[in-house]
Amino acid sequence: MASNPFAHVVTKVCGPPSAADYGADKLLRAVVWGAAAVILLLVTYIVFELGRQAFPAMLSFGPEFLYSTTWDVQAKQFGILPEIWGTLYSSLLALLLGGVLGVAIAIFLTQDFLDHRVSNVFRTIVEMLAAIPSVVYGLWGIYVLIPLIRPGANWLHDSLGWFPFFGTSLSGPGMAPAALVLAVMILPTVAAISVDAFKRVPYKVKEAAYGMGTTRWEAILKVMLPSASSGILAALVLGFGRALGETMALAMLIGNSNQISLSLFAPANTLASLLASSFPEAGPIEVQALMYAALALLAITLLVNVFGLWIMKAATRKFEGR
Amino acid sequence: MTGTISEAVLEQDLASMPQLQGSMFEGRGLRSRLYTGITWLLAILASLPLFSVLYMLIAKGGARINWETLTALPPSAFEFGGGIGPAIVGTAVMVGIGAAISIPIGILAAIYLAEIDPHTKLAQTARFLAKVLTGFPSILAGVFVYAALVVAMKSYSAWAGGIALAVLMLPTVILTAEEALKQVPQKMKDAAYGMGCTRAQVIGKVTLPTGIPGVMTGVLLAVAGAAGESAPLLFTALFSTYYINGWEGLGEPTSSLSILIYNFSGMPYDNQIELAWTASLVLVLIILVFNILARVLGRQKY
Repeated sequence: MASNPFAHVVTKVCGPPSAADYGADKLLRAVVWGAAAVILLLVTYIVFELGRQAFPAMLSFGPEFLYSTTWDVQAKQFGILPEIWGTLYSSLLALLLGGVLGVAIAIFLTQDFLDHRVSNVFRTIVEMLAAIPSVVYGLWGIYVLIPLIRPGANWLHDSLGWFPFFGTSLSGPGMAPAALVLAVMILPTVAAISVDAFKRVPYKVKEAAYGMGTTRWEAILKVMLPSASSGILAALVLGFGRALGETMALAMLIGNSNQISLSLFAPANTLASLLASSFPEAGPIEVQALMYAALALLAITLLVNVFGLWIMKAATRKFEGR
Repeated sequence: MTGTISEAVLEQDLASMPQLQGSMFEGRGLRSRLYTGITWLLAILASLPLFSVLYMLIAKGGARINWETLTALPPSAFEFGGGIGPAIVGTAVMVGIGAAISIPIGILAAIYLAEIDPHTKLAQTARFLAKVLTGFPSILAGVFVYAALVVAMKSYSAWAGGIALAVLMLPTVILTAEEALKQVPQKMKDAAYGMGCTRAQVIGKVTLPTGIPGVMTGVLLAVAGAAGESAPLLFTALFSTYYINGWEGLGEPTSSLSILIYNFSGMPYDNQIELAWTASLVLVLIILVFNILARVLGRQKY
């Protein structure tokens, strides 16, 4: 009875960490190290597996695969130039439109145009645009967008048909509806990263411009835009990367036709939608060719994304010094 | 007398002074207004698709929302009625598999990145690769899992679909969880260290409990994104017109809402197209619920 009745409590609260505590600490460190290593292994494994599967096709079709234009399963001739063209062309068109809209929205949200509540409404709208799945955009494109733009597209073709962009009529799916939907889909990405870019410009900079007597738009165009330019460039590059890999909406809207055309109303194809539409029914040799195409898509998107992230890093360093 | 003189001087001064007040309709002011107008127009133009999509979902998809549609099997070509029951279950199961794999790994990796060793080569590389993977085309996740798993198992399966979704969820979970854990005030952690805690104890008793709302925000956003994915399921889970049949059913082709929408959208039958709209409405509602939950949790700040 002489012993301290609180002894067990005291040693429990104030004692040094027990061997078990040290053990748990070591264990946690090992486990989280492993979890972080998983992502390295995953990326390595993805590249290795795609490369391994594509290797037979790379041997048999060689680099010619990348610049020939026929995709004929019977004749075992495979080339993805039309798909590379379609991927780049649709993404560029989408970037042109989605980029302008995205940057405009970023300006709209950050340059004090709006009352706090209204700007929250627009922010929610942009976030919801990002949340709607690709297939739903595809469905909407088929039953709303294509019928909507068809009369205008065909009028453009009839009256300005000599112009290469309007060289064919829009009979259903085609480049224009695909690029429009793609623009809507990359708009949130571009807007969100551009908003961050504008927010990173110190407030002093804008104050200084107003102090010189600029109007609001002179401040935006001559001071804010150049200051945020590297961040906006990153937004555009990452938006472009997003557009390159987008699959379902394009598979539903672009018409999956193996041709190279400048016309906005002609059906075309992209690498991702080639994979989506041909893979499920492909025989063993076509699967190898598709794996080669997947590797090409991986290479293009990785390049664009790494470039975008690199610009973003440089842009962040500009104002935050890290 | 003095007053009138000074007033006259003042008027002279004013007349000789440059006009400093901007006018609404003078060149620069007018241009500024014009640009503002254009920006409003662009912002409204950008939000039109959202309202159009929502209107169509409610008008076309809302008509068929009832218990039968939500539970019945999908119809075959010339059949009337039918529903999207197996697709709802399939989506839930595959997103569940994806979440069960990606959330633990993602949070543990985030602990390493935010707490244990933020500046090592491993941490920097992992962070960079996670960012690169957020821009990874979702169809390639499907191709990868097809090559790595479907070929080996010789069957399309819910497992393969779930793993493909996990590949896409992992980077989102890692990056948002890392941000959330970094937000936990250093003072709180220092206080715990001051009490003699080990790293593991600080993380388990202070960092994780404090940062968990932010971590959950990222998790919910990843789940919402995965629910809407279709490209990775296209040739991993394929499609099925029946409910998943117990544990063994996970090894067989499985239906999902997004693939049902894709398959039915191109069919020439009104019944299937109506069901595609209904499935879209259900899918968007599921995604919105997760998004709203994420926002509510994300709002809590300490």
